[in-house]
Amino acid sequence: MRLFQFYAQNSGEALGLFWQHIYLVAISTGAATAVGLPLGVLLTRRPAWRGPVLGLANVFQTIPSLALFGFLIPLPFIGGIGARTAIVALVLYALLPIVRNTYTGIAGVDPAVRDAGRGMGMTDRQLLLMVELPLALGVILAGVRVATVVSVGTATIAAAIGAGGLGEYIFRGVAMVNDTLILAGALPAALLALAADGLLGFAERRLGWRPT
Amino acid sequence: MTAALEVQGLGYELPTGGALVDGVSFTVGAGETLVLLGRSGSGKTTTLKLINRLLEPTAGDVRVAGERTVDVPVTRLRRRIGYVIQEIGLFPHFTVGDNVGLVPRLEGWPAPRIATRVRELLALVGLDPEVFVGRYPHQLSGGQRQRVGVARALAADPPLLLLDEPFGALDPITRVELQREFRSLEGRLGKAMVFVTHDVREGLMLATRIGLMYGGRLVFLGTPEEFRAADHPECQAFIAAA
Repeated sequence: MRLFQFYAQNSGEALGLFWQHIYLVAISTGAATAVGLPLGVLLTRRPAWRGPVLGLANVFQTIPSLALFGFLIPLPFIGGIGARTAIVALVLYALLPIVRNTYTGIAGVDPAVRDAGRGMGMTDRQLLLMVELPLALGVILAGVRVATVVSVGTATIAAAIGAGGLGEYIFRGVAMVNDTLILAGALPAALLALAADGLLGFAERRLGWRPT
Repeated sequence: MTAALEVQGLGYELPTGGALVDGVSFTVGAGETLVLLGRSGSGKTTTLKLINRLLEPTAGDVRVAGERTVDVPVTRLRRRIGYVIQEIGLFPHFTVGDNVGLVPRLEGWPAPRIATRVRELLALVGLDPEVFVGRYPHQLSGGQRQRVGVARALAADPPLLLLDEPFGALDPITRVELQREFRSLEGRLGKAMVFVTHDVREGLMLATRIGLMYGGRLVFLGTPEEFRAADHPECQAFIAAA
């Protein structure tokens, strides 16, 4: 009840933080997909790079998010206080599931199908675009979904370095020991994560190929 | 007159050493079916892949219609060679029609011509085009899938066909049915074919000539009659199994 009152009194600010949150997630997941998808494809073509690249992505994944934000602040160009640093960190987090799933999805294509395609005279590009990516699309989208959902959660912590988003309310609420304020940030963030999961899960089922 | 396929001293050595194929030579003309017979690991499949350059020969020479395969861009080479494998490798996300029409599409044929060709080919391999053109591979039986695989290999009318145990995964009854049909197709198509199998009865039924492989070498090459009379121990081992 008090939550509704809070939103009614602070609708402008709440909406602003909400959109800021979506912005952080959308930009970072978008960038991670733009980098991660080609990177994942590359790994299927250069198996020797697989270990180092996935290893590195794994390292970023294991660094606690608050620590990663902290590490980035002193760096020139990408660091500092604010949304830019947060986006860099979110991209690093989102990279692993997208690269890994792109690689796994393509590597999981039946070798006989690949052999047949090559044996019939498909170029590598045709094989990739006509066969491998369509067959791997479901798995790739699952990676994007995981990355997005994780991003929604991690982006709440980005408020700690001044990137804004729904984390603002949570941190403020914790500092002021105000449950309503914490909920005002946590509830929409949770709903956002659920919505992203549902939406991308739907896309995955619609676009992903599977035998029925 | 140049043969559809000439193989001279073909060899394939692994980078780690050890030859999988060694000094294999044969010629296949139009209307001929050379059956490469041999045990598992005797180098039959490797020989086939060396012809369409899924593997690159480390020794010898392959000529398709007189041209050395290494002188032809590899995608163009492969589009002129039909290829059927045991696992068929139909694209699961393509309809039967799209699968069969793939090479014509890669070759940039106009759509109506592809559609006509697809129907023609499905009818040729005994599948009703009305029923099958829009189906997906997982909706077909093993025998039907294999028919689609053959139709796909024939799509761009290649003068040479490579078949790697195309009926190996089928139940015995379907296999015999397809072997019979394939035999009548051989006569009608007049293509040069290299047919790999370890089934000596299949080999004797479909071959104009039999090449027996053993340990990466071609130890016998001759007609089925000559094969029955051959005194190479591996030939006799196979005949005993027939």
